Amino acid sequence: MAEHNHDHDHGHGRGGIAGFFRRLFHGNEHGHDHPHPHPHEHGHDHGHAQGAHDHGHDHGHGRDHPHPHPHPHPHDHGHDHGHDHGHGHGHDHDHPHPHEHTQREFQPDEKIHSYYQILGLALKELLVEKNVVTGDEIRKAIAARDTITPALGARIVAKAWSDPAYKARLLRDAGPACQELGIDIGPTNLDVVENTDTVHNVVVCTLCSCYPRAILGLPPSWYKSREYRSRVVREPRAVLKEFGTQVPEYMEVRVHDSTADLRYLVLPARPAGTEGMNEEQLAALVNRDSMIGVALADAPKH
Amino acid sequence: MSTALEAAFKEGQRVRVREDYPPGHIRTPFYIRGKVGHVVKALGEFRNPERLGLGLDGSPKKTLYKVRFQQADVWPNYNGPVHDSVDIDIYQHWLEKA
Repeated sequence: MAEHNHDHDHGHGRGGIAGFFRRLFHGNEHGHDHPHPHPHEHGHDHGHAQGAHDHGHDHGHGRDHPHPHPHPHPHDHGHDHGHDHGHGHGHDHDHPHPHEHTQREFQPDEKIHSYYQILGLALKELLVEKNVVTGDEIRKAIAARDTITPALGARIVAKAWSDPAYKARLLRDAGPACQELGIDIGPTNLDVVENTDTVHNVVVCTLCSCYPRAILGLPPSWYKSREYRSRVVREPRAVLKEFGTQVPEYMEVRVHDSTADLRYLVLPARPAGTEGMNEEQLAALVNRDSMIGVALADAPKH
Repeated sequence: MSTALEAAFKEGQRVRVREDYPPGHIRTPFYIRGKVGHVVKALGEFRNPERLGLGLDGSPKKTLYKVRFQQADVWPNYNGPVHDSVDIDIYQHWLEKA
């Protein structure tokens, strides 16, 4: 490991309160996803205004979920199963309008923060109150983190596809190789694992949601879901198939459980028919999910 | 800087994960405890998360290993070919010779 990799960003209790804060808001790759000032980056189906629920009625209770069994969602829609809408239980759902009720019903406010989210928010407020950090610094930290998108990873992959010597350096020690492209991954210990003719790699963190955030940005909600985390290590081929990725039997499926200090990025196989494409064109074929390992890089369009 | 701990396990060596269930911030997944795999490589020394989890500085550092397990050895009824595997990063004090 390179020297810069030693001051990594994992775990708790280092660097004093300011260090903790930094990890909380832009370095926390463990991502228990709690102390985050965006209360819900996923889950768009919260928050019906009271009385406005003249649609459906049957979502959010779990039992009517369209998927027959729990599985990761290949698209990033993040339903946030299980939150309580607090309406509709045991009622005749055919009543046309809530205002026709003779007895007023109140839809309780939805519980949008978990215990740990509340803890995180309380800590943030205290840090601001005590002038350890300012609200503006927090905003800037969030904005800076939000500039990290899978496009960074795509550039790295395209370069590796185009330049065998670069690929060798990348696989040997990813930190300096990223630096060569002007990508600073900070204290992250990144390991790039290559898909080959015989091995297909896929990444998970079964313990929480460790993710190569320095390269890919925030993880998709399915990556953090209990279903993905528990199933991809137990029946990876079935999960991959649900993502539309069929790995032939003769190939080895290798799951990487990022349990500790390293973060993993998959170097997908270069698609056929891309000879003669430049790095920019190649980068356009590298989708996020291919760098997690649940998908392949896109085929060129022609 | 480094405490220069000698890596106790060599590449290719078979190792068993301690079957132990202490409380605390343990980064060894439950499903792999007691299972046998082989060392792919030593990854370097890192602060011990179990100590960090207690608010301590994580010293002494622990050598971290990438250990590969055959899925068929991890799950008795694994539904896939025998060459499927799972790589897990495990600290030295969770490994013993197999």
